[in-house]
Amino acid sequence: MSETQNVATRGSTGVGKESAEGSTALESATRDREGVLIPAVDIFEDEHQITVQAEMPGVSKEGLNVQADRNSLLIEGEVALELASGMAALYADLRSTKYRRTFTLSGELETGQIAASLKDGLLTVRIPKRAEFRTRKIKVEVPS
Amino acid sequence: MFESLFTSFDTDSVFDEFRRLENEVAQLFGHSPWPSGIRAVGRGTFPPINIGATPERVDVYLFAANLEPKSLDISIQQNLLTVSGSRNAEVNESAQYYRRERFDGEFRRVITLPEDVDPERVQAKYRNGVLQITIQRHEAARPRQITVS
Repeated sequence: MSETQNVATRGSTGVGKESAEGSTALESATRDREGVLIPAVDIFEDEHQITVQAEMPGVSKEGLNVQADRNSLLIEGEVALELASGMAALYADLRSTKYRRTFTLSGELETGQIAASLKDGLLTVRIPKRAEFRTRKIKVEVPS
Repeated sequence: MFESLFTSFDTDSVFDEFRRLENEVAQLFGHSPWPSGIRAVGRGTFPPINIGATPERVDVYLFAANLEPKSLDISIQQNLLTVSGSRNAEVNESAQYYRRERFDGEFRRVITLPEDVDPERVQAKYRNGVLQITIQRHEAARPRQITVS
């Protein structure tokens, strides 16, 4: 399975898209397609970078896999829980132990410089923009 | 005059309708092996919960990343476990958001445990974004092996 999404939909469509998808977001986080959980994410962009924050509770550093090439970013994680032997499930919202989500990247991102950190099940991936693509403020000169 | 026509089509009710349909289809095809409890909530509620049991204990796992353990309020009354808390996403004011799917705000989940749990012996710990609550069962309720002499 490979569900690919744009990290950032640029231009005017980007803003509208966010609110339109908001209401179903939590559901996509827990719905498993072919046994894979799709982690809920926040994605935002500032002057220097695009940041992806993915919700992956139960994943430790050892179970995490973040891969990026020129065109795509893959986030993958395996849930490891402390289970008593002979435990039987009484109830389960999560029906899989694997998280996976893929995003397409665009050319202005410095994919070789991606930094990832994991804290309490929250994965933060920072993708810096190439220097020449950083927004430059243009000052409007007003003749006095 | 046309107000009722349009209010019946606001996004929430449409989604509720889809959810109801989804639940019905799931019931029909037996996707849900557990009979739903009286306090059960729809799928997609934060945080997702899994419950596991052995003859000795019951373990409740709440999947909620980046929580402040101090903000959690866990209480147990007989076999009714209530977990509430809040999580406030730090919003980067100067950034442009493309997706905001992560849960933000207050949450509360009420879980009905098996009847034989001992509310005096409960432990909770938070690790890798999972809150694990372990409740021991009463000794007397445990199955005992009876040997035939």
